[in-house]
Amino acid sequence: MWEYTEIVKEHFLNPKNVGEMKDASCVGEVGSIACGDALKLFLKIEDGVITDATFQTFGCASAIASSSALTELVKGKTVDEALKISNKDIAGALGGLPKEKMHCSVMGQEALEAAIKSWRGEAVASREHSEGEIVCECFGVTDHQILEAVRENDLKTVEDVTYYTKAGGGCAKCHEKIAELIARARGAASPAATPEPPKRLTNIQRMRMIEDVLEKEIRPRLQLDGGDIELADIEGPLVSVTLRGHCVGCPASQATVHGTVERILREKVDPEIQVREV
Amino acid sequence: MTAPVIYLDNNATTRVAPEVLEAMLPFFSELYGNPSSMHSFGGQVGKDLREARESLADLLGCGADEIIFTSCGTESDNTAIRSALAAQPEKRHIVTTRVEHPAVLSLCKFLERSQGYRVTYLGVDAEGRLNMDEVAESLTPDTAIISVMWANNETGVLFPIPEIAALAKARGVIMHTDAVQAVGKVPISLKDLDVDMLSLSGHKLHAPKGIGALYVRRKLPYRPFLIGGHQEHGRRAGTENTTGIIALGAAARAAKAHLPVENTQVRALRDKLEASLLAAVPDSRLNGHKTERLPNTANISFKYVEGEAILLLLDQLGIAASSGSACTSGSLEPSHVLRAMGVPFTFAHGSIRFSLSRYTTGADVDYVVANLPQVIETLRKISPYKQGEADPIDPKKPACSC
Repeated sequence: MWEYTEIVKEHFLNPKNVGEMKDASCVGEVGSIACGDALKLFLKIEDGVITDATFQTFGCASAIASSSALTELVKGKTVDEALKISNKDIAGALGGLPKEKMHCSVMGQEALEAAIKSWRGEAVASREHSEGEIVCECFGVTDHQILEAVRENDLKTVEDVTYYTKAGGGCAKCHEKIAELIARARGAASPAATPEPPKRLTNIQRMRMIEDVLEKEIRPRLQLDGGDIELADIEGPLVSVTLRGHCVGCPASQATVHGTVERILREKVDPEIQVREV
Repeated sequence: MTAPVIYLDNNATTRVAPEVLEAMLPFFSELYGNPSSMHSFGGQVGKDLREARESLADLLGCGADEIIFTSCGTESDNTAIRSALAAQPEKRHIVTTRVEHPAVLSLCKFLERSQGYRVTYLGVDAEGRLNMDEVAESLTPDTAIISVMWANNETGVLFPIPEIAALAKARGVIMHTDAVQAVGKVPISLKDLDVDMLSLSGHKLHAPKGIGALYVRRKLPYRPFLIGGHQEHGRRAGTENTTGIIALGAAARAAKAHLPVENTQVRALRDKLEASLLAAVPDSRLNGHKTERLPNTANISFKYVEGEAILLLLDQLGIAASSGSACTSGSLEPSHVLRAMGVPFTFAHGSIRFSLSRYTTGADVDYVVANLPQVIETLRKISPYKQGEADPIDPKKPACSC
């Protein structure tokens, strides 16, 4: 049996704002009966403020509770404020959800976004036309949805992604793709989210990283122009390199060393790096 | 949490019968001897175990020497299938069904994936029944074992085990049946059947959890799963679970005595529950064959609503049942049994299994019949899908794989 909080139970047993709204300003619909849950959110918007919200939900207790909590959250908010509501806010308003049930809160956020987009006259991305490509065919989840869930909720594993978006919960064919998306989202998110102070790197780590970046990012670029580069030495922040191939004698080689090579190494490894040609 | 008032989840587990509890209690306290010991203190326990073994053999219509006590139904299933494979290393094919319990299904998938066995998963029709022609076609000279459950845990649908066993014998294939749901609910006489191995579990027939048994036909090539001491004639090592075995013996005696009740009183209550609910709730349907079914099980789907939500509202009313919906399992797909039967999504997510026992009363059934329609109505008011509307599934939307 799921461990639901008292707030979840209360919203499930006595849901607020149930039903269709005949004079709604806009409607947001997500999910389908085939997938096991669906939410239809009705909003009334006056002068840019959400004055009323109701819902209809097909789904489990946490889906109904998330919908009920969502309608309470958005009432009285401006449209711009409402758009800032994340799935975490919905789960938070419920005192938390079991992690296997987080997709219910994601569904709430998606319905809210869909409703507001429709009110603004923007194209509402129904799942099959939504931005990005479908990664999980079983549940019709796109790469955009997965990337957003990973960034928003700091997800680390394929299992997490399944709990939050349902992606990967069916045939499991897309697990590899989901893992790649996690890596992509986290790779992009981590420098901003957790700025690693470069001084924490040990010398060995630093050297390995420099080698790695040279090998994977810098050499391929130079090779495109028929040039090449070799690491000669690393001494503190000082990185010595030797240019090869067409780079030798190329008038632009100084720009290459200080512009491209140094810039990339500073960006990826350590902002204090200085590169010199030997 | 206090015990639910109305317990209709007996396919999940049953209450320990008072006479069973009474029989086992002394073996927790004064009768703690080890039956293998060379003193009469332990030896006495050995005698009681023999009696328990005979009681179980009597229920199954087999010899006491054909019973191996195990820790649970899953252990019995694993032992049976692995034994058949180990005894015939040259055979690399397994036949089973798509609707087995995970104790068989997950093991077969594991053997397929990691040990290179070929597995045939037999399908079922819309009413949950096997096609005997397909069963016959599936058996090949390379087939080591066919494992088919006697009765399905979710729908209660019964499989023609006597026919399948006869067919397997004619083809020289070992036949195993997971009879965890059937023992105590339908008459079984193994001496009249060609079944080679049969699994059962104590806690499904009013014994406690932690005790199971495996019937292995005399002279069947057998390879033990647990290796160690000489217990169970070297066929299942490990000091005997004396309290559990005594309890299972007592439960077997009670089951035999109550077998007629299962098929009269329990069946009548189940039929009443089922007919009343199907009549009272529009857009509901029975899952599984109407008659070829256990007398205690009714699996009913309610369109437009979701099973977990139904269960939690029933729980508020003190009614305990279970569901094949995705949300109750933590997986995202509804029951593999309902999917194999081709139950439409619109119904699969809203399936509820009621499983009765000899302790279920007419008042229990009346209470459920009086309250469940309102529960469904409440949830349908919340649901965006409505009766009479066109089928809400948009064919353009990505279909769930379920």
